Amino acid sequence: MKNVLVVAFLLSALVTAPAYADARGDARKQVEFGIAVAQKGLWREAIYRWQRATELDPTFAQAFNNLAIAHEHEGELDKARVAYEKALQIEPSNPLIKQNFDLFKEINDRIGRKDGK
Amino acid sequence: MIALGARTVSSFILVAAMSGCSAGFVEIPLETPIQPKIDVRPFSRVFVAGFITAGSDEVDGNLETVRLLRSQLRNKGGALRVIDADALPLAGLAGAEAEPAGSGAAGNPPPPPSADSTVSDDAQFAAVEKIFADKEYWKKVGDELQQPLIVTGTVLFRPQQRSGFVQRERETFDSLGRRSVQPERTYMERKGFILRPSFVFIDGRTGETLHTETFREEILYNANQTTPPLSSFFELMDRLLPSFLNTLTAQKVRGSRTLLK
Repeated sequence: MKNVLVVAFLLSALVTAPAYADARGDARKQVEFGIAVAQKGLWREAIYRWQRATELDPTFAQAFNNLAIAHEHEGELDKARVAYEKALQIEPSNPLIKQNFDLFKEINDRIGRKDGK
Repeated sequence: MIALGARTVSSFILVAAMSGCSAGFVEIPLETPIQPKIDVRPFSRVFVAGFITAGSDEVDGNLETVRLLRSQLRNKGGALRVIDADALPLAGLAGAEAEPAGSGAAGNPPPPPSADSTVSDDAQFAAVEKIFADKEYWKKVGDELQQPLIVTGTVLFRPQQRSGFVQRERETFDSLGRRSVQPERTYMERKGFILRPSFVFIDGRTGETLHTETFREEILYNANQTTPPLSSFFELMDRLLPSFLNTLTAQKVRGSRTLLK
């Protein structure tokens, strides 16, 4: 019985793994394309690509991180916060995402800074 | 052999992962646009009307704040034209309003806001702040100046003195001349200033308050250091000017972020 369960688990892993790999692979292509266009200043196109990447693979923290940065660039700070929080939810210990989020929060604090807070 | 193979493979994976990491991100410069807090499109002009002040007598808080804000708005205020009319005598007006009916003898100056540091900063202007809610008064001011956006408010600039333990870094050299820095807690007497301006933005067409924003900045120096109050005033004002300007105009914050692959 135990062997049957192990075999069933391995089989299911084999079936789902290529699908997952495909989703991540496609999402990665979108992310890389988004970076290329962002470097040329085409941030709306980058947002479209990174949004697409998060739809293809909702566990791709890098795509959420980049999406957050693009929203920051467009002044859409609420959307940026949501995307950063999602990225950190997926990869809470990623130092680069944490650093980006800290810099974002610094701006937010500056905007909302009143009465010395 | 198997163990060696496994170690080789794991090393290879580690190297691959590290090289992947090094190429896995791109640093990119970013300019974050910050939208203004007030929609100033209905206004073509701005009038810095004056401020009710309290605190140090060594700095004319009203005059200096009016001058500073007008010059900042001229340079960074976007499309708004700055009106160069005389500042309003707000302290007198507010004092007269705060006085209970029949209690003031003619010719007596209105009581100024307290400069007593034991009174809380919030309480300093409690009696005179009503002037900013007087729609009729501000509408009249607005009508005289072609209905501009009016900037007014209160400015508290007062000295402060504080003593206590502060952490400093002490430089030491050992017998071989090697330098090291040690944190050290020392008791210090310090003095400085507190600046607490409250900016009130009024619609000159209706006399209504559009937005109010209060800031608090402070600075402390060694007790034996002599810093002119006016230079402290400007130093503290400098810190909050970007936020003040962002109330009226879009600002851009420059920085950089890391895109991940």
